[in-house]
Order: sequence, then C-alpha cells, then structure tokens
Amino acid sequence: MRSASSRVLSSTLLWPLLVLLGLLVVNVAANPGFIEVRVQDGRLFGSLVDIVRNGAPVLLIALGMTLVIATRGIDLSVGAVAAIGGAVACVHMVSAPDESALGTAIVACGLALATCVALGLWNGFLVSVLGIQPIIATLVLLVAGRGLAMLVTDGQITTVNNESFRTIGVGFVLGLPVAALVAWAVFALTALLVRRTALGMLVEAVGINPEASRLAGVRAVTIRWTVYVFSGFCAGLAGLMIAANTSAADANNAGLWIELDAILAVVIGGTSLAGGRFSLAGTFVGALLITTLAATIPNIGIPSETNYLFKAVVVIVVCLLQSPKARAVLRRRRTASATPAPPEGPPAGDPAPAGESSAPTLAKAGTR
Amino acid sequence: MAHLESVKPTSAPAGGPPGDPVVAMDDISISFGAVRALDGVSVRLYPGEVHALMGENGAGKSTLIKALTGVYGIDSGTVTVEGRQVRLASPSAAQEAGISTVYQEVNLCTNLTVAENMMLGREPRFLGAINTRAMNRRARATLDRLGLDVDPASTLGDHPIAVQQLVAIARAVDVDAKVLILDEPTSSLDADEVEKLFTVMRRLRAAGVAIVFVSHFLDQIFEITDRMTILRNGRLVGERMTADLTQLELVQLMIGRELEVLEKLERELDAEDAGPASSEPVLRAVGLGRKGSLLATDLEVRPGEVVGLAGLLGSGRTELARLLFGADTSDTGTLEVSGRRTRLRAPRQAIDRKVAFLSENRRSEGVIGDLSVADNMLLALQATRGWLRPIPSATRRRLVDEYIEALDIRPADPDALMRNLSGGNQQKVLLARWLITEPDLLILDEPTRGIDVGAKAQIQQLVADLARRGLGVVFISAELEEVLRLSDRVVTMRDRRKIDERSNVDVAVGDVLEIIAGDARAEEVGARA
Ligand SMILES: Nc1ncnc2c1ncn2[C@@H]1O[C@H](COP(=O)(O)OP(=O)(O)OP(=O)(O)O)[C@@H](O)[C@H]1O
Ligand SMILES: [Mg+2]
Repeated sequence: MRSASSRVLSSTLLWPLLVLLGLLVVNVAANPGFIEVRVQDGRLFGSLVDIVRNGAPVLLIALGMTLVIATRGIDLSVGAVAAIGGAVACVHMVSAPDESALGTAIVACGLALATCVALGLWNGFLVSVLGIQPIIATLVLLVAGRGLAMLVTDGQITTVNNESFRTIGVGFVLGLPVAALVAWAVFALTALLVRRTALGMLVEAVGINPEASRLAGVRAVTIRWTVYVFSGFCAGLAGLMIAANTSAADANNAGLWIELDAILAVVIGGTSLAGGRFSLAGTFVGALLITTLAATIPNIGIPSETNYLFKAVVVIVVCLLQSPKARAVLRRRRTASATPAPPEGPPAGDPAPAGESSAPTLAKAGTR
Repeated sequence: MAHLESVKPTSAPAGGPPGDPVVAMDDISISFGAVRALDGVSVRLYPGEVHALMGENGAGKSTLIKALTGVYGIDSGTVTVEGRQVRLASPSAAQEAGISTVYQEVNLCTNLTVAENMMLGREPRFLGAINTRAMNRRARATLDRLGLDVDPASTLGDHPIAVQQLVAIARAVDVDAKVLILDEPTSSLDADEVEKLFTVMRRLRAAGVAIVFVSHFLDQIFEITDRMTILRNGRLVGERMTADLTQLELVQLMIGRELEVLEKLERELDAEDAGPASSEPVLRAVGLGRKGSLLATDLEVRPGEVVGLAGLLGSGRTELARLLFGADTSDTGTLEVSGRRTRLRAPRQAIDRKVAFLSENRRSEGVIGDLSVADNMLLALQATRGWLRPIPSATRRRLVDEYIEALDIRPADPDALMRNLSGGNQQKVLLARWLITEPDLLILDEPTRGIDVGAKAQIQQLVADLARRGLGVVFISAELEEVLRLSDRVVTMRDRRKIDERSNVDVAVGDVLEIIAGDARAEEVGARA
C-alpha cells in the first residue's frame, strides 16, 4: 500500500502540482499583489486566503465525489442537493421565532444536513439496490432538485439575518476562514477513516471488480449506498457554506455547475472515472487547482467571454500531461525512432486505460 | 540434482524444419521495473508447424507472446517477420503483420453478440452502417468451419466460459493469419472441445499457418505440437522437437530439477481417518435447484470428505457450486450448513457460515487487478471482519508471507499489483484468499486451471491434506483423472442434474464416461419410446 501510494504521488500528482505552481506564477506576474497575505484585525487577508475560502465547497463536494467515483459511480446531483440544503436552512431560520439566535442556526443546519443525507440515501438506493446507472439515477435529482429547492423557498431568494450562520461562510477563527477549516477537518477525518480502516480498500475492490468483490463477501450494496449518502452529506455542508456566504438561499444559482468542478477536481487528482484506485491527496490538489483557476481569470484580466475557454484549455493540458498514451508519444518524439516503445504499454487486456477515456469527457465538461 | 546433467540447457537451435522461419524473435529482453520477465530469449516459428511455448507459471510465456503481438514493447532484441525486421509497436501493427492472438484470459465483450465479437473492428459495412446480416453470415461460416454450433446472433455473455473461449478462437481464425497464437486456450475446455480445437489447428497447420500453443496439459502438448521452445525464469532453456522428448525430460527442462512424482496421493478412503463416520455433514442440500440452471439435486458433504463433481461442460457442476455458495439464489430445495437450515441469498451469508468458493472464472469473478497481492489475498477475511476492523499489519504480513511461501507464489512480493502476476500465480493467490478464511467447506471450481505441472501436484496434495484435517471439499475439474485421484465420492452430472453418485473405490475414467454416455443412451431410448 505504502509503496503504491508513493508511486501514484510521483507520477499523477506531479503534473497538477506543477500546473498549480504555474498558475500562481502567472498570477503573480500579472499582479504582484496576488501573493500578499496581510494580517488585519487578527485575521488573514489576501487573494490566497480568498481562494482557500471560496474553494471550501468544491473541496467538500469533490471529497464525496472521489469515493462515489471510486465505486464506478458518479453523483451529478450534488449542486442541486447543495441548493436544497441552503434553502432548508434559510427557510427554517426565517420562519423560526428567533431568527438570529445561535440555537436556530444549529437546528437549521441540522435540518439541512439531515435532508441532504436523505437525498443521498435516495441516490444510493437507486444505484445500489435498484441497479440504475449512476449517471441516470443522480440525473433525476440534478433536474428535480432545483425544483424542490424552489418549492422550499417559494421561488424567492430567502435572505436571513443570523450572524452565527453567516460565520460558516465568511467567519474567521484563529485568523483562518471557518469554511476552509471545516472543509479541511472533514477532509482529514475522512482520509483518516478511509485509510486507517479497511474502508478504502473495500471501496476500491468494489470499484475495480464488483462481481469478484461480491463473491469474496464484500457487502458491495452497502458500500455503494454509503458513498452516495456521504456525498449527500458533503453537498449539504457545501450548500450551507454557499448560503452563509451571502446569507441567502438562491434556489436557482447556489452551487450551479459545482458538480462539474468537483468531477474535474477528482479526475485532475488522478482518480479514474472508470473507478477503482482513488487518491484523496490528488483530489485535494485538484480542488485547489480548480479554485485557483477560477481566481486567475479575473486576476489576469481575461475577458469574461473567453473564460470558459481558458478553463478548458488548462484542464485539457493537465489531462494530456497525465494520459499515459500522450506521454508515451511525447517520449517517443524525444528519443526519436531509434529506441523501441517504452515497456509500460497498456496493461494486457484492458480495452481502454482509464487515462485515455477521461480526457474527452473532461474536454466536454470544461467547455460547457 | 545429478539427473539434470544429462539434459544440459542449450540455446543452440535444434534442427528446425527446412525453409525460413515466418517469425524469428532474437535475443528478446523485457523488464518490468526490477522484474526481468524475459532475458535474451529467442524463438523461431516456421510455417505449417504447431510450436509449444513451455515453462512454469511466471516463466515468461505470456510476456513473450505479448511482445510478439505488440502489447509490450521490447527492451532489446529483434523481431523478424518473413525476413524483414519489424517493430511491432501496437497490437494493430502485429495484426497487419499477420499475427493473430487468443489471449490467456478470455477478453471479449459479453454484452455483444457472438458475431459482433468475432467481427469487432472489421465489421462488414454497407454505406457506412454495419451490415448485421452479412456479419452474421460470415460469422456463421467461420463457426461452421470450426464445427461450432453457436448462434451468431446470440449474446456472448449467455454462453458458458468454454463457448466464449471457442468464440475467441473463432475470432482469431477469421482473420487470415500467418501466425496464430493460442495462450492456454484449452484450460477451460473438456475433451470433446479440445478435440474440436485440435481438428481446426491441424487444418490450419496444413494450410501453412504457424501456430503457437501454450498449455499446461502435457498430453495435449505431445499430441498436437511439432516443436517447442522451453523457458525457465525468463531465460531460454532450449528448443526441441517434440518427438525427441519424453514427458519426464520435458518437465525436468521446465522446472530445472526432477519432479517429486506423486505416484498416487495416499488418500485414506476409509472414513475413520477423518473423525467419526457418523459425523454430521457439513453441508446437506435436498432438492436444490434453480430455474434454467439446475434441476433439483441432493448433495451431502461430510467433514474430511472430498466430493468430486464429474461431468462435461454445461452439465451443471458450476451451477450447483454457485447455489451451494449463494452466488446464485436457489428457488427450490433446502440447504443445511453445519446442521443449520439456511437460505443463502448472498455469498456473504455462505462465507459467514464458513463456506468458501473458488470460482472457475478467474478474471471476472476473482482477480481484483489494481489491488496488490496482499489485498487480494486478504479480501475475503477483511470482508467478514467488516471495514471497521482492519487486519492488524503484523497479522497481515504473517498471513501473506505464509501463503506466498506455502503456495510458492512468484514474484514473492506482497505489494506487486495482482494484474501483473502470471495467470497461474493469480490462481494461487485466489486459492490463498479462501484458505485464509479457514473454511469448513471448500468449493473448488477448476482450482488447477492454468497451473503448471509442478504446482498442480502441489495443490492436489494441499487439498488432500486439508481434507485429512477435517475440511469438507467439493472438487470440480474438467480433468477426470484429477477428480478421481482426489475424491472420496464421485458425483456425476449431466444435463443440469445429478445422474450418479458412488464412492470412489476403483472408479476409472472410463467408468465415469460410460455413466455419462449410458445416461445419454437411456434418454435417447426414452425419447424414442
Ligand atoms: N505488466 C507487468 N508488470 C510487472 N510484471 C509483470 C508484468 N507482466 C508480467 N510480469 C511478470 O513477468 C513474469 C512472467 O509472466 P508471464 O505472464 O509471462 O508468465 P507465464 O509464463 O505466462 O505464466 P503462466 O503459466 O502462469 O501463465 C512474472 O513474474 C510476472 O509477474
Ligand atoms: Mg501466461
């Protein structure tokens, strides 16, 4: 295990890290103030701090998404679920007798998370028990979810006045953004849980060969179900942060397209969409890269009509750098025709190595 | 061993057939990281010969084949096809050079039809669209040539693994190949189908095709091949004419020492040996059946007893095993495990009752390719413990090392990725997976498939030992000799039901075949009446 993960680190994590570094350099070149972090009123200020804070929801959702993808699944509903979570919390607070009390905020958050867990249960039920293809099963909530959120908020943007709640989105503790601290804590706990117990290995086994896992006694249904529930929980938490950021629930726009950013983060981090081996460290870097990219676009003054194109280009570059085929071609170019092909060809019998199949998917997602 | 001196390894080619080889691979080396899979190996293939690649599990046979078919690049050495040096950079380049392959593990699309699988990538087209009619017709023609009665329009996944294997061969035959490579094509076939395959091979040989044949069945090697290249630990041992060798000499060349021949496994057939004869059966099935796969069947297995399931392909042996394990759910009959009535709805329930099942279908139902050897070995045990209780790393290491050594798994590296192991070594890892769970009942479906001669004897010995220690074993194998050598009781199946059961006292292969044939005759008579 140890040596395998370090191998992953050296090959697939290297390029995203380098691209991330490159993005930072570009940003600093365009605007030297980008790198500055000031301390003011006992808390940190600066573009980097903003990136970390704004990136918290994506990081959380990508975390849940990583486990879902590792089981050969996908969860397209996370954006809609996040919107529902925010809506439930805000509507509860607005209608509570004491809108601004701490207790109200806690109950609201609890209600929201419970709702999102229930939605995760629904997704997991469709996929693991009924055997519906994940992309279809979660598409149901992707489409219907925002409608549900609208029902909850009565079609209005519900604004709330609760300082405790607002803290989740914009507050600072020990000088650091609360949102980032919460996301990191959940992330670290999950990583610990997954790698210190046998959960990670069982999730991977189910993702790599579901039938062999079932015959070996792995409770594949339970495991697949659980990851969707966890994904729902992460989406709910992200939804709370998004709502707290503006102190409002916007059923239409909260968490819009965030599922695509999360999927990008996972794949950039080296987890194949075909399921199986996953890397949480990779997802962490991937999420950072995606948020940095979002911050780069205004910072270096890219006209807004081309910003999606720019994002797509960066994503394609990362994926090409990771694709074994593309790398083999590059290497062959460099060493000319004299030497034979590198020995690490595609594994025998695997019709489509994962790296290849992910590139086109990403290209599509990035240019939406 | 002194005996060895007489058969000195040579790399000097034995006198091959006259003429020029169609393929010559010279001084080929391939490494995977620190593993040197091939080290300066040379092979020559002549038109119109069947050429065996021989060697133990992990000797490098499949690797050599993958080098020839463009799957692996070579580190050094040359490949010459019809006198011209070539670089086989990809499988399609190899195909263009006229080299056609059936890989060790069936690798087809089970959700496509038989014809689609056979024509994949070269479908007859009409105005750009695939012409299904023409495709089925052409597939039909090839299948007929092979004497296979399979509907080209049927879905491949609906057929048993053996038929899938034959379809894979049909696919390879359909391209007009100069070289046809068959990597363990017979491991899942029974005698009839092997004969069918050999007929086809002889026909192709007469037509001037060079055929590379890999098999761990020595009888087959001596029946069909003309010449052979022998490998050991990735090195060339030598090239021989089949007719110049005896089986014993060949085995010595392969393993580099004399095989401790298991004259006859000293199985004590009397029951006293394994505890009281009246001991309760570890498994009792009454009228167990499932629509479309098995008619109501009774079966009892006592502790310390090996029950062999004999029968041809599709006779219901695997189907019965799957019902006993809960891999499929039964819809008639009852099952008792260790005296407790159970209804198995999932394998997990069987495992919790200390039943283990080694599937015949290694690749799709056993191997977790991207996990390590250690994880693969411990998967079943970990699953029963639940995810919250990981196996402590000291126990982990002890168990894994113990079984790597006991089963002589190579490479002896717990962290090696399962998919990089040779087929035979993967099989040993899967066997270890179940032994680690310390079952009371072990259901083995083709446990020695793809296992070399030395290891096969070793595994048979192991099964006998386990039974002596009180384990109940259900043993399934297409090799009747093996079933008879190991079993205390032989159950014969045909047409998805049990037709005979007798204790294994002086039962010969011929007897079992007669039982099967006799049943068929009886049925014919019955049908006529
Ligand atoms: N892709 C790979 N990466 C690392 N090691 C590999 C890879 N492929 C094969 N090997 C190693 O090379 C050696 C030769 O394997 P190969 O599959 O050629 O054996 P084989 O002779 O076909 O054995 P078997 O009879 O069991 O099929 C083994 O030690 C195997 O572990
Ligand atoms: Mg092999």
